[in-house]
Amino acid sequence: MSWEAVIGIEVHVELATRSKMFCGCAVSFGDEPNTNVCPTCLGLPGALPVPNRVAIESIMAIGIALDCRVSPQSVFHRKNYFYADLPKNYQISQFDIPVCRDGHIDVELDGEISRIEIERAHMEEDTGKSTHLGDGGRIHSARATWLDFNRSGVPLVEIVSRPDIRSASQARAYAQELRSLVAELGVSDARLEEGSIRFDANVSIRREGDRGLGTKVEIKNMNSFRSLEQAIDYEVARQVDLVETGGEVIQETRHWEEEAGVTHSMRTKEGSSDYRYFTEPDLAPMVMSEEWVARVRATIPELPAGRRARFVGDGLEPAAAAVLSGSPPRLRQIYEDAIVAGAPAVSAANWVIGELTAADRRPEPAGIELSGADLAELISLVDTGKVSSTAAKDVLEGVLGGEGSPARVAQARDLIQISDPSELESAIAAVIEENPKAVSDYADGETKIIGFLVGQVMRATQGKADPKAVNEMLRDRLDA
Amino acid sequence: MRRTVAEAGAGLRSGEVTAAGLLEEVLAQASTTEAQLHAYLTIDREGALQAAAQADAELRSGNDLGPLHGIPVALKDNMVTRGVETTAASQILAGYVPPYDATVVSRLRSAGAVIVGKTNLDEFAMGSSTENSAYGTSYNPWDTTRVPGGSSGGSAAAVAAGSALAALGSDTGGSIRQPASLCGVVGMKPTYGTVSRYGLIAFASSLDQIGPLTKTVEDSALVLSVIWGHDPLEATSYPGELDDPGSRVGAGVEGLRVGVVEELSGDGYEPEVETAVGEMVERLSESGAEIVEVSLPSFEYALSAYYLIAPAEASANLARFDGIRYGLRVAGDTAEEMMAATRGQGFGPEPTRRILLGTYALSAGYYDAFYGQAQRVRSAIQEDFADAYRRVDVLVSPTSPTVAFPAGARTDDPLAMYLSDICTIPSNLSGHPAISVPIGLDTQGLPIGFQVMAPALGEVTMYQVAAEVERLAGFEQSPVLEKMAS
Repeated sequence: MSWEAVIGIEVHVELATRSKMFCGCAVSFGDEPNTNVCPTCLGLPGALPVPNRVAIESIMAIGIALDCRVSPQSVFHRKNYFYADLPKNYQISQFDIPVCRDGHIDVELDGEISRIEIERAHMEEDTGKSTHLGDGGRIHSARATWLDFNRSGVPLVEIVSRPDIRSASQARAYAQELRSLVAELGVSDARLEEGSIRFDANVSIRREGDRGLGTKVEIKNMNSFRSLEQAIDYEVARQVDLVETGGEVIQETRHWEEEAGVTHSMRTKEGSSDYRYFTEPDLAPMVMSEEWVARVRATIPELPAGRRARFVGDGLEPAAAAVLSGSPPRLRQIYEDAIVAGAPAVSAANWVIGELTAADRRPEPAGIELSGADLAELISLVDTGKVSSTAAKDVLEGVLGGEGSPARVAQARDLIQISDPSELESAIAAVIEENPKAVSDYADGETKIIGFLVGQVMRATQGKADPKAVNEMLRDRLDA
Repeated sequence: MRRTVAEAGAGLRSGEVTAAGLLEEVLAQASTTEAQLHAYLTIDREGALQAAAQADAELRSGNDLGPLHGIPVALKDNMVTRGVETTAASQILAGYVPPYDATVVSRLRSAGAVIVGKTNLDEFAMGSSTENSAYGTSYNPWDTTRVPGGSSGGSAAAVAAGSALAALGSDTGGSIRQPASLCGVVGMKPTYGTVSRYGLIAFASSLDQIGPLTKTVEDSALVLSVIWGHDPLEATSYPGELDDPGSRVGAGVEGLRVGVVEELSGDGYEPEVETAVGEMVERLSESGAEIVEVSLPSFEYALSAYYLIAPAEASANLARFDGIRYGLRVAGDTAEEMMAATRGQGFGPEPTRRILLGTYALSAGYYDAFYGQAQRVRSAIQEDFADAYRRVDVLVSPTSPTVAFPAGARTDDPLAMYLSDICTIPSNLSGHPAISVPIGLDTQGLPIGFQVMAPALGEVTMYQVAAEVERLAGFEQSPVLEKMAS
């Protein structure tokens, strides 16, 4: 009997607003601890929250991009629990009326597209950051804990998927797709290594064909796409193993141990936590008018899925379309402009994904100065045989180095190929003259020898001959 | 002695007194009364002397900052003051010196007021007698064996005794009006959202409101005009323009419809209180007001609803006091144990009781029966009020069912204590303004308060009626020092 994994993912996205969710403190990663703090985000007596309009517009943008319904009115709640890095000992979050509900996102895996339903996206505030000193970095065994409240109150969007995901690799693809979506919207730095995107997964198993849901286990502490995938794979295998050996899955939270490659149960108290949610009395309900939603909608750029589809429409392979879609916007723009200037899509994409990306990643010179028209011109030089593909790379260097247009660089660097038969005639005649052995071998059916003869012509022309033209002319002569 | 804010302001401008002189009078009065009253937790002599000197200098240079310029004012110790210890009368905040001023405090400062000090209260404003202070109870200037009411008992006692010309209190279920009533002064709770709560140590955020305690209705409107107005630091702050609240003081009540709340009388109300209130209603009628009997049946449930909603909000508001960032810290082996030990030792019995009550009311499985039901009652009360205000301009009642009670009389009976606020709680649940005006003394010589309630943003009419009540009562007595000395 085979098993099916049922997976739902909760993604926390830290927004890259200038100020925090409920106060004016700067949102800034990596500053001296406890420097971006004020009475409100430290939970001092008497301090009050005032919502950040840009953060609310950011979650609206996320919701719109995920095809969610944006609630006309949305309410903040207090989520009550005690923890040292939660200054008020309650988190301002949302409960039954989140900003966004019922959306979806299309995820591509191995060329197949599947639709993952989004249950909700809600607005909340981040906690401070605890650093536990001593054994294992866990609070229970810590000698001491350092608290940094710079992160306290940073706006956080929680995106909750429905349990539509069926494999660890699909979960990874979903997480990556969401990451590129929020990056594209410009609402988050979307850096996993800095914790600006964090994932929790709810994993259960059921027998293939069953419709019901098994007991779910929440797994936490995955800080890369790879660990998300590994943790889910591990957890699914653990549950299958457990059930097949007569055990039973219990509802619990498990911690992913990156080094050991296992999940282990976190110490949890009996029963589920009771957060005693109630309406946040310090904040009035948010009203999101149709006009406001429309204004936010108008700011939403083209999203990765739509762009990939458009590139495939241009004639690119899906894989190339995906890579190009994920390229830095200025490089993508060169592709777009080159197409407008008449370049074939496949060549333009290859240049952008290959040489231009490599050039862009070099530390010096910073940035690249190349227009789409330049790229189109370069491609045309190659396609018409005026420049060899090898020489084209030199041409590109010249253009990037500020030496002028591709044609000018090709001229100046003496990289134009000779493909005019009248100019090649004498060199070909001389090579035939000087290599009778090769010519007779060719006549005896050893046609591969033609490569040697082409090489001789190239040498005689200091490499400037168009090898294709030379090849054709030699065959014409020898076959005659 | 016994100047009003308005009189002191006139004296300052005529050169009859200086701000330093006014402060000196108030400090002298405090030095003779504090031993018996304990109205203050902190007197900021240095800060006050400096502020008074500056106020005088400004006035001399012709820079008149308005009605509170140079006026010695006291603050209930649940409003944070930069550089001056603020405890909310709790051990858990012993020694806590805030790094910022509450909005009302900065408004007072920029209006030239002289902040004398911080007054005593029931711990975290939870109580009706000031006996729940962790730093000792306050006493009533009219009879120092009795309570001043609460939770703003220190502010009420200070104004009554003349150790401040005006004071601010906070009112969550009657905590300004009830002590004002028991101490024979004017206490007013504004419309929710009109006075900023920024810097007020929260008890129940949807009910809390700061307001003035003064000798007269005119003074009350003067203080309110300085402290109210939109505050961008509070998300529930009323954004609109506000009229001068005292603009119709002295206009009489001719043609106004005054509703007498049927439910706020009967069992539990002292006969002398009922008689005094009834006589005042008569006299309002003689002044030309139309008297209407009004029934608001949902009031019966107001107290029950209040004691679910307020503790529920308090259970979250008081969660931040955990020993980690400020205030008391009691050692423990783990962070959790440290938090638990700090809270166990730092909170007195009443906050502990309300935190437990509120936590229970919000718990899974109980939420709907308790907190949810209480919110439905709150809506019903708001509807009853709205209905009544279609027929009348203001509603009136006693402020408190009884006069000041002896210290210790209700400390063992929380329910009896909670009943002290039965007349004041509905206006907190509705967010409406209400004021208590002293109308006389009972046969024991204890003050009786008369409450005037008005619809949201109805302060102008409320003060109009309150001023007429004050005029008709002619209550000008102050507690007598000889009686206080014992």
